[in-house]
Order: sequence, then C-alpha cells, then structure tokens
Amino acid sequence: MQTIKTDIVLDARGLACPMPIVRTKKTMKTLEPGQVVEVQATDKGSTADLRAWANSTGNQYLGTIEDGDVLRHYVRKSSGNDQEAPAFQQVVNNETVEAVRGNADTLILDVRETAEYAFSHIPSAVNIPLGELEERMEELDSSKTIYVVCRTGSRSDLACQQLDAKGFNVQNVIPGMSDWKYDTNQTV
Amino acid sequence: MAQAMTTKEVTQKIIHREKLFILDVRNEEAFQDWKIEGEQFSYLNVPYFDLLDGVEDILDQLPTDQPVLVVCAKEGSSIFVADLLEEAGRTVSYLSGGMKAWSEHLEPISLGSLNETGADQGEVVQFVRIGKGCLSYMIISEGEAVLVDATRMTDVYLDYAQARQLNITHVFDTHLHADHISGGREIAEKTGATYWLPPKDATDVTFDYAALEDGSHVQVGDTQIDVRALYSPGHTIGSTSFVVDNRYLLTGDILFIDSIGRPDLAGLAEDWVGDLRDSLYNTYRELSKDLVVLPAHFMLIEELNEDGSVAEKLDVLLANNHGLNIEDEETFRKMVTENLPPQPNAYQEIRETNMGKQSPDLEAQREMEVGPNRCAVR
Repeated sequence: MQTIKTDIVLDARGLACPMPIVRTKKTMKTLEPGQVVEVQATDKGSTADLRAWANSTGNQYLGTIEDGDVLRHYVRKSSGNDQEAPAFQQVVNNETVEAVRGNADTLILDVRETAEYAFSHIPSAVNIPLGELEERMEELDSSKTIYVVCRTGSRSDLACQQLDAKGFNVQNVIPGMSDWKYDTNQTV
Repeated sequence: MAQAMTTKEVTQKIIHREKLFILDVRNEEAFQDWKIEGEQFSYLNVPYFDLLDGVEDILDQLPTDQPVLVVCAKEGSSIFVADLLEEAGRTVSYLSGGMKAWSEHLEPISLGSLNETGADQGEVVQFVRIGKGCLSYMIISEGEAVLVDATRMTDVYLDYAQARQLNITHVFDTHLHADHISGGREIAEKTGATYWLPPKDATDVTFDYAALEDGSHVQVGDTQIDVRALYSPGHTIGSTSFVVDNRYLLTGDILFIDSIGRPDLAGLAEDWVGDLRDSLYNTYRELSKDLVVLPAHFMLIEELNEDGSVAEKLDVLLANNHGLNIEDEETFRKMVTENLPPQPNAYQEIRETNMGKQSPDLEAQREMEVGPNRCAVR
C-alpha cells in the first residue's frame, strides 16, 4: 500500500455519519491554506459526502484510495493566494506544454502537493511540492527548459521566481492542472 | 430530543395520503437519485454538512402546520440535525434507520380472500417494499403458504408466517432478478420448502432448484387454491408468470401497472424484444380479462390503490397501459431497446449473487441495492 505524504492524518475510522465530516471540518481549521489532510474513514457514505462538502466549502477534494475496509480521502484546504495575479513574466499556456512535452530538453515540474500529484498529473512530470523546492532544487537539470505547473498558476508563479533567481530557465504554465485537457497519469 | 418516526409510520402516511414535510440532509446527488415519495409530501434538501454550524438559515423554510421529518442515509446525521432543530424550538422527527431502513421496509397488505364461497378463506398478501418499489407475494390457504419473488429481508416473511402459523411449502422466483437480491433460496433452506426457478434463467446457478416451467403447478392447502406457471419470457429468457386460483395474474417483471418490463438487464435487449412482445401481446391476451394483475414492481407512488396495494384488472391494463397498445412492432422494438433508463445499481453483482456465485455480506448487499428501482420502460 502506497502512502501519500500529507500534512496531517485524521483517523475517523469506525465513526458513523456525521462524525467523519464534523472531524474533518474541525481539523481543517488547524491547517494552513494549501495544506492537505488524509481522512481515514470506514463509513461508505463518506466519499460522496466529503466530495460534496469540499465543493460547497471551497476546499479541494483530491481523491480517495480504498485500502481494504478503510477509505483514505485526501482534501486540500483552499488556498487564499490563488486569486493573486502572477508576477513572473515568462508564461505559457497548457497547449504549449502539451506540444513540447515529448522534447528532450523539456522538463515539466509539478509543484503541487504530493497528494494532488498522485491522483492526476501530466505524464513525465516530476513532483516537488512548492514547500520543498528550496531544499530540493539540485534535483533539477539546469540544462533543460523547466515548465512549472500547479493547479491554477499561483504556486508555480512563486516557484518560477525562486528557480529564476537561481539561474534556471523556467516558464510558468497558466492555468495548469485545473484546466488540463490532455493525458494524465495517476500513481495511486 | 427529537422523536424517531418508524418506516412503518411513514408508509402509513403515504398510504393514507397524509401530509409530511421531509428535510432530507443527504448530499444533493443522493437526494436527486432517490428519495421517499408520497403524494402529499413536500421536500427540502440541505446536506447535513451545511448545517454543522447551525440550522438558523433554514428555519423559515420549515413549516409549522405539518409534521417535519429529517431523513439521512443511516440515521446519525438526521438525529444530529433534528436535535439542532429541537434546540431552536421546533418539533421534528427523524427517520429511524434512515434510507437504509427505508430501502428494506416491507408492508404486508392483504388483497382479501381468494375463495369467497369455499370453507377456506384463501388469501393473497402483497408485501410492498415501499422504498424500492418491489412487490412480493404470499399465497395462503389452510395453514400453508407459497411465496413469490421474496426479497432478502427473509425474517419479515418468516415472522409473518409464524405469527399466522403458516407452513411455507413452495418458494418461487419469477425470474433471475437483477435489481434486488432474492431471499427465495434462503427461505426455502430455512423452512424446507421447495425453491423454484425458471431453468432458462438458471443456467449458471450454483445450487439445486426445482425447474419452474410452463404448466408447473402447486396447490396451496387441501382445497383448490391453484398456482399455475405461465411461461412469459421477455424481461429475461426464463421469465414466468403465475395464475392464482383463476383470480390473479402475477406478472413478475413483464407487465406493470403503468409500464412494461425492460429486456436489457442481461445485455440481450435485441434478442428478447420479440419474446417480450409475444408475452404481452399474445400470451396475456389469451387469458381471462377479469384476472387481476399483480406485478413485481411499481414505479410511481400514484400506482398505489386506496389500501396501499398495487393491483389492477387485466382488461383495464389492456386498455390503458401504453406498453400494451403499440401496434407497430418496430415502434415497440425501439421503445424497449432505445432510450432506456439507467440500469439498476450494481445489477451484474446482484445477478451473480442470485446465481450463488457471490456471497456478499449484509452491508455489501445493502450497498448493491441502494437507489431506486429501474426495471421498467414506459
């Protein structure tokens, strides 16, 4: 069983409705915007309810893994900075990324959380969450053009600024995964 | 603390056409898919997770001049919301057992005595599975009982038979069901009754059964309460009807009150449409028009009679049921093979369970049967 790294794990196993959502809601309040919770539940109805609850509250339901009797739900707390205008000037759209995806000098860097990446990402994209980028930068091949993608273009904007400052050749992908219409892979 | 309302009490409100305001706190998708239907019922759907911080926002949408029932999937969330409403000064109930219990409720309704002149008052009892629209039957005479299309809630039939000191002798399934899990085999095992299944539907079953074929017949009690099989394929290739005491026609999933069976649940719509037409337009038309049709499903709550039963004379259906009045064969073929409603939840798994190939636990059986019945085309 593969484990997906999250900021917190909530054990709601054995609890009946409405408790899994009551607990999730409470836990979300302790999280920073953009952080991810894994909710472990055994109530079969929790999948549909958690998805509906996340949608109605602006949080991001990432997906559910069935692990025997346990349902592992992944939810990302809505991030406040998604609305800010991107500052980094070198911007490409999704179509461009799809067109250059197979090129030898292309590197697609997905800076979303591990759980977001796990449920759906561009084939060949590598994942380094924005929060880990500073310390893991040396993993990236500086000879390539790096297309940085996230959900809407905000986190990738910050990542581009960090990478640009270190001399990497980067492009920010806008809008990113929220509107990605081409092939995706899943690693769950 | 909010009071519980039982599924039986809700059923009585449906039958008596009483008013009830239902606050359904399941998620929107679940509510849209399937809810408690009543002619005089009105609804508000607000998911419980939108009410965790309080119910103030919906108070003015809840009436005070009729009962309010809070409904959820399994009861827990409805109690939570009902208690919040009580704290806010409202008197409300919650549905005991939630939609899970609603799906399983069976209401026995006697259709009256069979043999009005004889010494024995033979009787047909219709078990109305009100939440899913499934109908099963107990034919009773002189301390003996025969069951047709029993659901997996076997205790209901066994308790009913015990209370009336009835010995269950034969258990029939009109066909291999795809929409619900049959309780027929289990009841037969527990009572020593004979379990009958049409062989053409039973090619893949893993257990022994008696072959239900055209003309098969059993007698209930010592008098002339005769239950006779009539081969009527179309919904499945084995689908079989019953004529009971020349009074009732049990049609299984071939003919309903306001609709007809669909031939596609085993993936063979094109093959079986001819059989379906033949059963509806030839076999049934040769029967006495005075027979009262007892189907295995109802689709709309409007189909319930005054006493809650689902039954109508064959000649009325021959005149009024749209599916029995399509002269052109090609039009008929199109109607039953195109634009079909969605297939029932988990229908393949249900078929395999009824074949004995799968033995899911109770919780899994409930999950498989979730949602409305979808066995008909109109």
